[in-house]
Amino acid sequence: MDIIVCVKKIPDPEIPPAKFKLDMESKRVIPPEGIPPVINPYDEQAVELALRLKDKYGGKITVLTIDNDADTSIVKHALAMGADEGIVLADKAFEGSDSFSTSHILSQAIQKVGNFDLVLCGRQAADWDEGLVGAIIAENLSLPLVTLAEAVDVVDGKLKVKRVTLDGYQIFAVPTPAVATVSNEVGQPRLPSGWGIISASRKQIPIWKAGDLDADPSQIGAKAVRRRLVKLFIPVREKKCEIIEGETTAEASVKLAERLRKAGVI
Amino acid sequence: MSDKKEVLICGEVKGEKITTITKELMTTGRKLCIDLNQPLSLLLIGQNIQEAANEAILLGADKVYTAEGASWVESFPEHYVSIIADICNQTGPSIILFSQTDMGRDIAPRLAARLGAGVCLDCIELAIDPDTKSLLQTKPVYGGNAMAVWASTNNKPQVITMRPRTAAQAEPDTSRKGEIVPVALDVNNSMIKGKLLETLQEDVKGIRLEEAKVIITGGGGIGGKEGFQLIKELAQILGGAVGISRVPCDEGWMPAGHEIGQTGHMVSPDLYIAVGISGAPQHLAGCSGSKCIIAINKDPEAHIFKEADFGIVGYYREVLPVLIEKCRNLLA
Repeated sequence: MDIIVCVKKIPDPEIPPAKFKLDMESKRVIPPEGIPPVINPYDEQAVELALRLKDKYGGKITVLTIDNDADTSIVKHALAMGADEGIVLADKAFEGSDSFSTSHILSQAIQKVGNFDLVLCGRQAADWDEGLVGAIIAENLSLPLVTLAEAVDVVDGKLKVKRVTLDGYQIFAVPTPAVATVSNEVGQPRLPSGWGIISASRKQIPIWKAGDLDADPSQIGAKAVRRRLVKLFIPVREKKCEIIEGETTAEASVKLAERLRKAGVI
Repeated sequence: MSDKKEVLICGEVKGEKITTITKELMTTGRKLCIDLNQPLSLLLIGQNIQEAANEAILLGADKVYTAEGASWVESFPEHYVSIIADICNQTGPSIILFSQTDMGRDIAPRLAARLGAGVCLDCIELAIDPDTKSLLQTKPVYGGNAMAVWASTNNKPQVITMRPRTAAQAEPDTSRKGEIVPVALDVNNSMIKGKLLETLQEDVKGIRLEEAKVIITGGGGIGGKEGFQLIKELAQILGGAVGISRVPCDEGWMPAGHEIGQTGHMVSPDLYIAVGISGAPQHLAGCSGSKCIIAINKDPEAHIFKEADFGIVGYYREVLPVLIEKCRNLLA
């Protein structure tokens, strides 16, 4: 099964909230000092799901990213995990793109890659938390879509996809090629192996520009956006926590129970 | 297309009743309608939806479109995209509202792409700019570390999903009048190639998280499956439900249906006890509406203490057994 996985580079979302900074004037997030950006963790889980399918059914995994600095680091990370090919889409014309433009660029690149059975995207990117790109790609390419996929199998030549819902799951059958967004219930992605890191570092990563993609100029970049960011701010929280103290943890625990009883909470 | 634009809510029905989350959406929709001077419409798809349609009018809908067809849990989602796109093409809404539910987050992006519309998921507040009449959309970003306010820039419809618990439920007013408009489903489904094979809704043991008055939630600090015994015991004594944060969910320590946070349930109980939870904004997104939050964490620097009303700095294995015993005595 040949799979294309779309991945995005984002500021490390695991930083403590105290380190999160933004500039309200320019409406931009300031990347935390000394902490390098990472592959979006949800996309890393999409790479993991692709690798599980490759382990079971064979085939080739191609990783796509848009990075206007032509940085190959997160593509190399996916290659080190076990993906086969990586392509970086980089062009000044892509700057300022919204989810629709991004999806258009990725859709064009997917068509240029050509042969594929499945396109996987993370459920959302942990920077802007939009959760849009996978679905828009499916619409652009007129392909069946399953969102929040936890597992994929092949049964009678069709994909059997398990979708996570709030209270359970659904199972869908879809013909290939198809698009799926990957749910976090996939679990921990594998770590790159030593050999994987070495072979990824030797791999050539092609850079594709707008002209390579037959992208529609009216659909990409800042001029194509369907909405405008008017404000970006850090919400103020006003809670004050009362720490229940005691000589021992046990004493504090007893006090907490009494306190809750007195407050009528229990 | 009708001569006057409207705000269209894509409603959800459970057991022939309008869901509480859709009732919240009606409050949000009504407010927009007043500011835009447009009528409020509600779309219901499913079987036996007449009673729900009548209820919707009392709750504030000027018009209810009813489409007799398979319910959401019996459908391949793209059928719904086709149905709703077809209705939007007939009625020309200015704003299309969903809740950020299984249905909303799945359908809204693809529907927006099909309609050439704008889209924003998981909004917590909507307003109309008094000067430009554009829709201002407030949405948590960066896992809840920041809030973004977006303004629509085109005259196309705006497709929105609203986070649950961001508005009060609409209250019925028996004097209200409205119109029920059955819509014939004339959708060409030959292009839809996917098929639903099975839907399983797990019976969450005990109380549903959304309805629980008390929730005890365990996080990564619990360290494994076995530590949840203490959490369950405390939940039982307090008559509460058990929640988990993302780490126990992804690690499979507890079933995913217990997850609370941005990628799980949104809850607002009277008492929320967070045990071994660091307090990532992604988790707090799901519980910050709780009336009283208790944090139990061995790390005094844990972010959860900034969000809690009461806290104990200590290892849960030392705190919980004593807390369980004391609560048992107090409640005996």
